[in-house]
Amino acid sequence: MPVYIVRRTLQALLVLFVMSVLVFAGVYAVGNPVDILINPMADQIEREQAIAALGLDKPLWEQYATFVEGAASGDLGRSFVHATPALGLILERMPATLELACAAMLIAILLGIPLGLWAGLKPNSFAGRSIMAGSILGFSLPTFWVGLMLIMVFSVMLGWLPSNGRGPTVELLGIPVSFLSVEGWRHLAMPATNLALFKLALLIRLTRAGTREALLQDYVKFARAKGLSNARVILVHVLRNILIPIVTVIGLEFGSVIAFAIVTESVFAWPGMGKLLIDSINLLDRPVIVAYLMVIVTIFIVINLLVDLLYSVLDPRVRLAEAKG
Amino acid sequence: MSPAEPLPGTGDEPLARAAESPAMRIFADFVANPVAVFGLALLALILLLAVFAPLVSPQNPYDLAQLDVMDARLPPGSPTASGGTFWLGTDDQGRDMLSAIFYGLRISLMVGATSTVFALVIGLTMGLSAAYIGGRVETLIMRVVDIQLSFPAILIALILIAVLGQGTGKVIAALVTIQWAYYARTVRSAALVEKRKEYMEAARCLALPPQRVVFRHLLPNCLPPLIVVATVQVAAAIALEATLSFLGLGLPITEPSLGLLIANGYQYLLSGKYWISFFPGLALLATIVSINLCADQLRDVLNPRLQR
Repeated sequence: MPVYIVRRTLQALLVLFVMSVLVFAGVYAVGNPVDILINPMADQIEREQAIAALGLDKPLWEQYATFVEGAASGDLGRSFVHATPALGLILERMPATLELACAAMLIAILLGIPLGLWAGLKPNSFAGRSIMAGSILGFSLPTFWVGLMLIMVFSVMLGWLPSNGRGPTVELLGIPVSFLSVEGWRHLAMPATNLALFKLALLIRLTRAGTREALLQDYVKFARAKGLSNARVILVHVLRNILIPIVTVIGLEFGSVIAFAIVTESVFAWPGMGKLLIDSINLLDRPVIVAYLMVIVTIFIVINLLVDLLYSVLDPRVRLAEAKG
Repeated sequence: MSPAEPLPGTGDEPLARAAESPAMRIFADFVANPVAVFGLALLALILLLAVFAPLVSPQNPYDLAQLDVMDARLPPGSPTASGGTFWLGTDDQGRDMLSAIFYGLRISLMVGATSTVFALVIGLTMGLSAAYIGGRVETLIMRVVDIQLSFPAILIALILIAVLGQGTGKVIAALVTIQWAYYARTVRSAALVEKRKEYMEAARCLALPPQRVVFRHLLPNCLPPLIVVATVQVAAAIALEATLSFLGLGLPITEPSLGLLIANGYQYLLSGKYWISFFPGLALLATIVSINLCADQLRDVLNPRLQR
């Protein structure tokens, strides 16, 4: 097991290195680095000073070394607009995004698994068919438009929920969070539901497919033959066995929820790092864009690594395959 | 679901079946499902409306001479000055929403289809090369595909737009960059299976030139799964373009796609003027759902394991 962890960690570091080269190539080589790194408002003299200061006259590999050196010490450039370190800006917004993503994931899990289980146990019933039709709709609905329609119904027509922002936050261990106050929940409800829809549809389909397959297995027939109660067969024998792939997907999808939060945050003016990214692209605040990219790539790699490790803990067969290979 | 059994005494039934072209058989299987037929009909209607937008629209929404600011933000069903009706209301410029949606469909479908064609050609070439050449070429191509597919499409699109800048060509370039990986993966896995089959061995034994083996023998047999992926991807591309345009990072204002129309109505939503965002969104949803319904049925029809 330790060997496996070390090997996976080394692999993750390699991917991070490759991604940093790609981001570097994309931003520094494909685009014009002068446009990207120097404030477009600067005059000619300032530009030349900046070019020399940033080392843009040096060969590319030397520039890359400087970039990595800065990145390793947490320096990913300064924002043109806010005049503060770009990384700090992103980390400041990260709790809001993580809170939104966790809430969305929670909604998707708490609704998706029971609904999927239901649809899997009774695939031909009216409820089962309705759940599946709903999940197909969930895949087809454009997220941003659903967000607008939620605002239209719940903020404009019914007036129940606020349409934007995070509302007042409460400090928890020095991090501002929304979920500790009623007002915070009212702000969180719509964005989280909006972000959850797509994952909800995905989890319903996954759970349903897993349930239908598991029901045909010998261990389920055997459990029934032993005379176990229906609830025990479903909750212990079926659910535990289908949870392994579901946990994996939940883990992997968490990264994509953070990415899709970009859209939801823009619709609901949620002050997270996704909204910061869109604002930065519109204001041509390129250092923030680069910093966001490096942060999100790191998050993705860490999530993939954790899911792989978790998977091998949950499913002994994976470890066996690894040992043999 | 067994095929029409030949009646005793009429020995010509199997012959009639064999004489059917594959396209006819696929079509016959496709229309067997009423939901798929509904999807196809809806898609056909949307395509016709988009192609003939200038003919079917009540007004040309981008001819400033036809617009009147006095008509701005009228609710659905309001009468026009010339005695007609704004069935879906008007936007902040006094534009008829119905006409704007027809023109918007045109742009959205055009961007979706163009990017799919380019991505298909690139993905096909890469996937076939990977499967046919193998070795390092394959490893390199598939590693790139794997890394790319481990990131969500929206993230890659935003990164590309941030690096390349905005504009129609760049949006299409971003969509192509995202999509090619799906095609490459699909074609490669199909080609790897086909490569081992006897007809491929026969083609090689006949010492046919490699390009003939690849294009006349290998490629046609890899097409069925590719068609399904391409259908799904057209819908995905249209949705992604709409999202980018909604975020203000997609098509320019001179080419108002559905996403841009929806974004336009965003600011009026809070004052209860829902129709500016609602109806273009409905058109977008209808487009995506109709394509997805067709894709679902195509998947069943083209799946050899389910073939009768």
